[in-house]
Amino acid sequence: MERRKREKGKERRKKGKKTGGRAGREEETKRKPRADIISTVEFNHTGELLATGDKGGRVVIFQREQESKNQVHRRGEYNVYSTFQSHEPEFDYLKSLEIEEKINKIRWLPQQNAAYFLLSTNDKTVKLWKVSERDKRPEGYNLKDEEGRLRDPATITTLRVPVLRPMDLMVEATPRRVFANAHTYHINSISVNSDYETYMSADDLRINLWNFEITNQSFNIVDIKPANMEELTEVITAAEFHPHHCNTFVYSSSKGTIRLCDMRASALCDRHTKFFEEPEDPSNRSFFSEIISSISDVKFSHSGRYIMTRDYLTVKVWDLNMENRPIETYQVHDYLRSKLCSLYENDCIFDKFECVWNGSDSVIMTGSYNNFFRMFDRNTKRDVTLEASRENSKPRAILKPRKVCVGGKRRKDEISVDSLDFSKKILHTAWHPSENIIAVAATNNLYIFQDKVN
Amino acid sequence: MFARGLKRKSAEDAEDADGGGAGVPAAPSYTLQRQSLLDMSLVKLQLCHMLVEPNLCRSVLIANTVRQIQEEMTQDGTWRVVAPQAAGRAPLDRLVSTEILCRSGREQEGEGDGPLPDPAPGQAPRRPQSSPWGLDGSREGRGGFQKSLDHIFETLENKTPGSVEELFSDVDSSYYDLDAVLTGMVGGTPSGPGLPAFAPAAAAPPSSTCRSDLGELEHAVEILVET
Repeated sequence: MERRKREKGKERRKKGKKTGGRAGREEETKRKPRADIISTVEFNHTGELLATGDKGGRVVIFQREQESKNQVHRRGEYNVYSTFQSHEPEFDYLKSLEIEEKINKIRWLPQQNAAYFLLSTNDKTVKLWKVSERDKRPEGYNLKDEEGRLRDPATITTLRVPVLRPMDLMVEATPRRVFANAHTYHINSISVNSDYETYMSADDLRINLWNFEITNQSFNIVDIKPANMEELTEVITAAEFHPHHCNTFVYSSSKGTIRLCDMRASALCDRHTKFFEEPEDPSNRSFFSEIISSISDVKFSHSGRYIMTRDYLTVKVWDLNMENRPIETYQVHDYLRSKLCSLYENDCIFDKFECVWNGSDSVIMTGSYNNFFRMFDRNTKRDVTLEASRENSKPRAILKPRKVCVGGKRRKDEISVDSLDFSKKILHTAWHPSENIIAVAATNNLYIFQDKVN
Repeated sequence: MFARGLKRKSAEDAEDADGGGAGVPAAPSYTLQRQSLLDMSLVKLQLCHMLVEPNLCRSVLIANTVRQIQEEMTQDGTWRVVAPQAAGRAPLDRLVSTEILCRSGREQEGEGDGPLPDPAPGQAPRRPQSSPWGLDGSREGRGGFQKSLDHIFETLENKTPGSVEELFSDVDSSYYDLDAVLTGMVGGTPSGPGLPAFAPAAAAPPSSTCRSDLGELEHAVEILVET
């Protein structure tokens, strides 16, 4: 697979679209130094929009330009469509704890009218945002003048009907719902149900089911908090609804297990319908076995037949009909297996990598260190390592596959394990729902790659 | 080796590092490695008390690692119990729960280094925060291990069961209930970032202070009303 690179850094190109509401004001506010680190990336259901959330609580939405007949080679580029501040830092006075504004996840709702809707969440609060365009405005009010100042009623001698006049396109983001105060622990996942009426939010110990219309209550559907917190040994790490069956969802744990639950079975889904766990390989056992088995992401395939899980060193594909082991296992960076103690010391072993399917479920992708990301073709069993960096590839150039040298003689283009930069980690990636366009977040830069156009 | 932000070395440097075996120490013994891992994990757990909002998943994974090491050491017989109150209890019962480990870590910081109750003769205590594969020859480091254990058991001795702070506990919801506070169900104020209130069984009486304050107030009101 060849990739031509088109890069979107932090630059914003407005191209005649103004970002409305708070976005204009927030540009004046000084951001904290690490606020631009991207913490989530998500395409919407058509791939027309791409949303990113960052550590500073801001959401930036990119829109794909319509393809023009003149420039066939420039297939729709993504440009900034809207920017808004989704979450602000909060302080929990009773616990004396700060609540980070970092956006943990964004999930789009399917489009049902002209406006776009997305859910964004930080550690504690989920918000439903409406993103809509405004290209007309009413003019000719009776009681206000053109600048909005009130007119003295004594000066009004005639009445007129306000008319809608065209204006420069403006994109507005407004918070429509705020789902707060339902999570004691940190929210790690949100997932929109296929009924489009409900969604779930999962924290370390509980999963709640919400109705989009109701913000003051939610149903608790999973609770793994032990009565005695001293007995806590396992937490929930990720959760997702089945893409077609609105009664089915899965959640993964820090012990490397996945539970599939059916909401028809009981109100509280503490007892799973299926339990996926691979038996441990005794030859690979170490004190770090449990940590590296902790699942950082779980994703249903588009077909709904498989689930993919990411743990520290591998990506696994499971068939929903087979619980005792995955059907496929892919090594992401097995050369780190001998370095686990150092990675434990510097905390890298706790990094949570995500994984994604392509539109046809034939290729899976996940990130690694040194700004590398990996793709695995499930049919051909071929894999490739690519790098998202400005220094090592020119814009619009085809990406060169990279290789990590494990030991022995290092070839010219290879990188040795000891030279890898562990501060450059690719945790978040996204794949367009139907085309070969991918978005890769490398710290505070967003890279968009697509297939080479002939 | 993998400090964050470590720049890529040039080709020559990498080759030199691979080629030069002169300075590489011999592989440390398993027991030493295990001890280092235990120390490192305990330090990490202590750090999570200092953080404003600890990552629960990370804390749980580290705590499980510590337990694993403890279990293995207990089976080996290297996890020796020193404190007198241990008499009559099977070694496995001494596996400390995670929250005590974490709390004892903080105790260590607060009290400073206490004297070794029973130092093994001829062995110098090893610095608990030496580098993971830091070696001092073939010393097993039992003295240092004993010291960290003793800190843990001293803490066990001093605290009553009811006042134990839980590492992972969320704040009891009754804390937010003003009525509960006034009736002394929950006493005391948070003593620092991220710490839940002490349970009532602990030291005297924030609760009785509340009650006595209320009593005085009532008395004052009575006096006012009567006059």
